[in-house]
Amino acid sequence: MNRLDKLFAHKQKDILNIYFTAGYPAVEDTGKIIQALEKAGADLIELGMPYSDPLADGPTIQQSGQKALKNGMTLPLLFDQVQAVREKTDIPLVLMGYFNQVMQYGEQRFLDKCVAVGIDGLILPDLPLYEYEQYYQEMVEKAGLGISFLITPQTTEERIKKVDELSRGFIYMVANSSITGAKGGITDKQLAYFERVNRLPLKNPRLIGFGISDHETFVTACRYANGAIIGSAFIRALAEGKEVEKATEDFVRSIRGVGVSA
Amino acid sequence: MIAINEKGYYGEFGGAYIPEMLHPNIEELRQQYVQVMEEPAFQREFRHLLKDYVGRPSPLYLAERLSGHYKATIYLKREDLNHTGAHKINNTIGQILMARRLGKTRIIAETGAGQHGVATATVCALMGIQCIVYMGAVDIKRQAPNVSRMRMLGAEVRPATSGSQTLKDATNEAIRDWINNPVDTHYIIGSVVGPHPYPDMVARFQSVISEEMKWQLEEQTGRENPDAIVACVGGGSNAAGAYYHYLNEKEVRLIAVEAAGHGIHSGESAATSVLGTKGIIHGSRTLLMQTPDGQITEPYSLSAGLDYPGIGPLHAHLIASGRAEAISITDDEALASAFFLSRKEGIIPALETAHAFAALDKMEYSPEDVIVVCLSGRGDKDLDTYIQHFDRF
Repeated sequence: MNRLDKLFAHKQKDILNIYFTAGYPAVEDTGKIIQALEKAGADLIELGMPYSDPLADGPTIQQSGQKALKNGMTLPLLFDQVQAVREKTDIPLVLMGYFNQVMQYGEQRFLDKCVAVGIDGLILPDLPLYEYEQYYQEMVEKAGLGISFLITPQTTEERIKKVDELSRGFIYMVANSSITGAKGGITDKQLAYFERVNRLPLKNPRLIGFGISDHETFVTACRYANGAIIGSAFIRALAEGKEVEKATEDFVRSIRGVGVSA
Repeated sequence: MIAINEKGYYGEFGGAYIPEMLHPNIEELRQQYVQVMEEPAFQREFRHLLKDYVGRPSPLYLAERLSGHYKATIYLKREDLNHTGAHKINNTIGQILMARRLGKTRIIAETGAGQHGVATATVCALMGIQCIVYMGAVDIKRQAPNVSRMRMLGAEVRPATSGSQTLKDATNEAIRDWINNPVDTHYIIGSVVGPHPYPDMVARFQSVISEEMKWQLEEQTGRENPDAIVACVGGGSNAAGAYYHYLNEKEVRLIAVEAAGHGIHSGESAATSVLGTKGIIHGSRTLLMQTPDGQITEPYSLSAGLDYPGIGPLHAHLIASGRAEAISITDDEALASAFFLSRKEGIIPALETAHAFAALDKMEYSPEDVIVVCLSGRGDKDLDTYIQHFDRF
């Protein structure tokens, strides 16, 4: 059983998925942050593959990716880092990146490598459902990897069902129509969308992302889904220059609402 | 037969590699664009504006002095004489009418040289619709007159400060804006790039260029088909328009002219057909310049309109299948050609267009050949650049 399936088999509520960009703030921080996140009580990690042209990402994640690339981060290096840290951690790891990166590495080679180093799932926001179904579904399922497709407030019911059929692990529920890093609370309109999705008979758990940035928005999101995904707010916390282990621990505690240690 | 399939592929190139947030917009367009374009009322309005507002048909001019120099019959398709000074407006007229039919009230666009930005600002003023143009911060500096024109036309010009701060990044910012404004906004892409259906929709709007070439050539030479059509390719919209009705006429050679910057292998180039590999840029599977790790490379060309690391999927298909021939032209060759055309025919071309003319020195042809060069834009916007090189030419 894949670590993702294991997680969702024993935990259905308050799942905290934290995103960060591999190789940020410093190239050797990837492994440190993964271990610190596990220790601090995150349930799941979405590891960003830094990309030159991240279309769905706002300025915070864009800049973290630019910095990571400047630091010398590459996909082969990322795989090495994951392999090294995998011996010390059991937290589920999901890779997030853009499909061009997978294409250039070679689709089958990429999947094989993910399995070999201990990656559990994929999020490729610009891989369309049609292309996935036509060319890659069999490959991904054979590899035993999870894959999460996105839904948004504009996604039709018919398409949500398709997303549910193709996703394995969890569905990524985009909270509002935006790029990542949006600020502000959760509106009634968004709540109505969360409730609408909740009424559908879906096989996959749902995690809400985009605009989840603090304890309050995390708690609200958890009331309407199995958990939430936080990215830009964590990147901002890492950018403050504190030691990454300490910054990670404080951030996770603040999201969980258990107070920050001295 | 060269045609796009239902999923938006020309051969193996094309498709719609977009985040889910854009799916409703792209799907709405995909389902409606052909139907809307074929409505008689749409066609009437489109044709009327092309004629009375843009000034079409654009002349097909027999360039006698140029023909004498090159020892062939050379015609110029005068897109530089269109309102706003380039072919870009053919597409923006079409897309603004499309946006209105889809009920959109806010327009966004990207621009490199500023020609597409000006053409978009122009049609938005014409229709009274809000207009926001994303432009790389670097391009804002090197194309100052066009920035002022956009502002005078009432558009807001927003600098793209990410990445290389040129056309690629302006396009990223426009796409991000569209993700953030999915309901009221239409994105007027300026070239035959982006997710399906954009490459096909833009090519269809620009196809008026080759539609006119056919009857104009027939009138002037007694035959519809030239031996070769030469056009510059950044994303490739003027080339797509000039090729469109000849795509399946195999005897017509299609010459795609790319920017080689300081030289194809100088590390400062935008010659995508040579340096590019298969990948995804701006939602389309095509040829693009990238690192082995799949990071999109920052291209270089003195010409802002050709300074783009990809090409439209139609062109990737035409080049990969051998239907089109690619020729690369350096900054210096383009500059020399701009001065040469100015003095030979009294036409100051855009720097992008000058690349197409420079290809006449590199291609092979025989004296009885009829060659059409798509004179895609006029050079007023590039005067500052040209002035800097007065002492050399």
